[in-house]
Amino acid sequence: MTERVHTPEEQERLVEQTDEGTQDDLLPRTEDLVVTGAQWPDEGNTMIVNMGPQHPSTHGVLRLVLELEGETILRCKPVIGYLHTGMEKTGEELTYVQGCTNVTRMDYASPFFNELVYSLAVEHLLGLDVPERATWIRMLLCELNRVASHLLFLASNGMDIGALSMMIYGWREREEVLRFFEKVTGLRMNHNFIRVGGTAADLPDGWQDDVLGLCDIVLEGVYDYDALLTENPIWLERTVGVGVITADEATALGVTGPILRSTGVAWDLRKDAPYLAYPEVEFDVIYTDNGDCFDRYRIRLNEVVESLRIVRQCVEKMPGGDYRVQDLKVTPPPRKRIDESMEALIHHFKIFTEGFKVAGGETYQAVESPRGELGCYLVADGTSRPCRMHVRAPSFYNLQSLPVMMQGGLVADSVAIISSVDPIMGDVDR
Amino acid sequence: MISDPLLSEGVDLTVVLIIIGKALFVFVLLLVTVLILIWLERKIVADMQNRIGPNRAGPFGILQSVADGVKLFFKEQSIPESADRPVFRLAPYLSVVPAFLAFSVIPLGGEIEIAGHTTYLQLAEIPIGVLFVLAMSGIGVYGVTLAGWASGSKYPLLGGVRATAQMISYEAALGLAIVGAVLHGHTLSTRGMVLQQGPWEGWGTVADWFFIAVPVSFVIYVIAMVAETNRAPFDLVEAEQELVGGFHTEYTGVRFAIFFLAEYMNMVTMSALAVTLFLGGPAGPEIDFLPHLWPVVWFLLKVSLFIFVYFWLRSTLPRLRYDQLMDLGWRVLIPLAILWLGAVAVFRVGSDQGWPVAVTLPAVVAGGLLIMGFLWLSMPRREPVVRRGSTSSEEVHRG
Repeated sequence: MTERVHTPEEQERLVEQTDEGTQDDLLPRTEDLVVTGAQWPDEGNTMIVNMGPQHPSTHGVLRLVLELEGETILRCKPVIGYLHTGMEKTGEELTYVQGCTNVTRMDYASPFFNELVYSLAVEHLLGLDVPERATWIRMLLCELNRVASHLLFLASNGMDIGALSMMIYGWREREEVLRFFEKVTGLRMNHNFIRVGGTAADLPDGWQDDVLGLCDIVLEGVYDYDALLTENPIWLERTVGVGVITADEATALGVTGPILRSTGVAWDLRKDAPYLAYPEVEFDVIYTDNGDCFDRYRIRLNEVVESLRIVRQCVEKMPGGDYRVQDLKVTPPPRKRIDESMEALIHHFKIFTEGFKVAGGETYQAVESPRGELGCYLVADGTSRPCRMHVRAPSFYNLQSLPVMMQGGLVADSVAIISSVDPIMGDVDR
Repeated sequence: MISDPLLSEGVDLTVVLIIIGKALFVFVLLLVTVLILIWLERKIVADMQNRIGPNRAGPFGILQSVADGVKLFFKEQSIPESADRPVFRLAPYLSVVPAFLAFSVIPLGGEIEIAGHTTYLQLAEIPIGVLFVLAMSGIGVYGVTLAGWASGSKYPLLGGVRATAQMISYEAALGLAIVGAVLHGHTLSTRGMVLQQGPWEGWGTVADWFFIAVPVSFVIYVIAMVAETNRAPFDLVEAEQELVGGFHTEYTGVRFAIFFLAEYMNMVTMSALAVTLFLGGPAGPEIDFLPHLWPVVWFLLKVSLFIFVYFWLRSTLPRLRYDQLMDLGWRVLIPLAILWLGAVAVFRVGSDQGWPVAVTLPAVVAGGLLIMGFLWLSMPRREPVVRRGSTSSEEVHRG
């Protein structure tokens, strides 16, 4: 891929022609947000194409402003904000008990991670120790969720590059995982299952067989994808050397997750800043050196296998005990105690109306979500609602790498690249 | 020179009626085939993808295409404000009419007798039938190009430009592949090609079919045919993930349906031409019961073989990128086709002049190697992608 260098005059002409400012001009201006490029440029051979927010391959409502010369992308500018939901602000109006219901909707492809990072942050502020079983249940669900999320990536990545059947195959295996989630939590997504103090319920009877069964099915599926795509010459042509990003660029842009690992930086919070019980399970961090679309595909494919390894160890080592702390100020009493005890009834009522109070302080907790570092910054002011909540969403940071990856590529590459970043727009706009 | 015996005894009213009848028959046959094809494609691809496919309209959902067609005919037809209106309206017909016409020279079966007249089961027998098909597919490009251009919108324009480049490039490869077969068969008439491949005399006849005699032409033809009809993995023209709908993004209602129709008719025509040129046309085992019907059945079966390959490719392969497609066309298929053409020509002249094969074969091989070596040396090369670091241990381990 050749880097395109503009002469100053050409640069000026481009800026004038497109009203969009240069790529390195990062100051936001009002005209940046105005739809431009409706007219043909008066001179030169470039054309502005507005890709999205309604477009089949922009994974929701991502909008890209592409400047093309023929089919070559000269510049690319991602425009976000089409799915703004204000969940961070809403979180400041909800009690800590209600918070999980809110955050789980951010990154809708990996809801457990959102709940986990929020719960970890609140528990850190409370100084609460979670029972061992709760920790392992959380780890089990999160790793299964990583599998589901990566399967969704493999499906949509195949679809975007034109391998139509891959979409259905990926969803087929993901469905198995979602079915297990439904059995455990009652819902296929937006579970609100991992809560402050543990989980909402214990795992259902016979869960081991379900999990081991689905591990086999998913692994079988992964071998199928590997056979279908990894060695396929057209697949290699479309992904190898496409959308290259270097380690320096990735770290400078705050990119994390599989994209960072594809550049040769083996950064994984599960190893580098362990949380839950990750030090007690064996797994490898997958990383490669090339930083292209193919490596991002390959890393995720292999991460599914690694996650399944962790899941199997969870089944093996799952400790007994309670699935949530029995601190009546934080978790509700068992249902049957409410009929017997006045105190239990009062606790139940207090928790679900007022919530619990958290002493003043601030914290930042981060987990390795399927997309990268998912962090939650909470400021507590002694009431039952957070004073400030901010979520460091990996998709938001990863999207910043699009202009770097796209420069010099073709229109067809842009689709492959967006797909390989695997952005979830709910995560980007929060 | 072969010509339809129908016209040899002068033209009277019966002859005209017979010709009109044949034209209607071919028209209806193509339309019905397309309706069934769309349903079949959805069913077959669904099967390959663990889905059910259409199953609501009629038994097994077979009326789904009819229902879709009726819906499209009743839809509003919007024309974008910035569109070039006359051209925008014209484009679908430019696309569909040549697709119909091209099929008219394809021989569907042997001779039959209607009302005292003997005639071929073929709409028109013209001495240059093969060229006619090429000419029609050349005109078909205009439909797609003008649709993209006249829409006054950017995605269709990109689709239209891609279409022009792709179809013109692959037409060259397609034409060269056909020339190989034509050189071998000594005729440009479609019926002549079928006759050259011999009447059915048991399964040994298969060896006389031209896909054995000119295999390279056959392979190039099949690849170029997929590209020429804009089907996966060469469906860049309407790559929905990139260009939304490609050249027909702005089309709605009947006009959209017509583009759809043209695409499937082109598939049928191209497959039918492949069967005619390389697979012996309607030749097949002769059965005494309804002897005139069976050639048509064999013909349709052979065509459906190609059609199935179309569906199979679509559900299996990712899409090529535009530049890679051009690479394949210009750097691989066309040089290969030209080389092969030279070899076929030498053999042809050799057998006419009585040169011994011991001389021609080494001469052709040596000449071919020389030219290929020269091409290989003079070709610009893409930089190879360097892979750093060992990644083998991280590959998916098979269980």
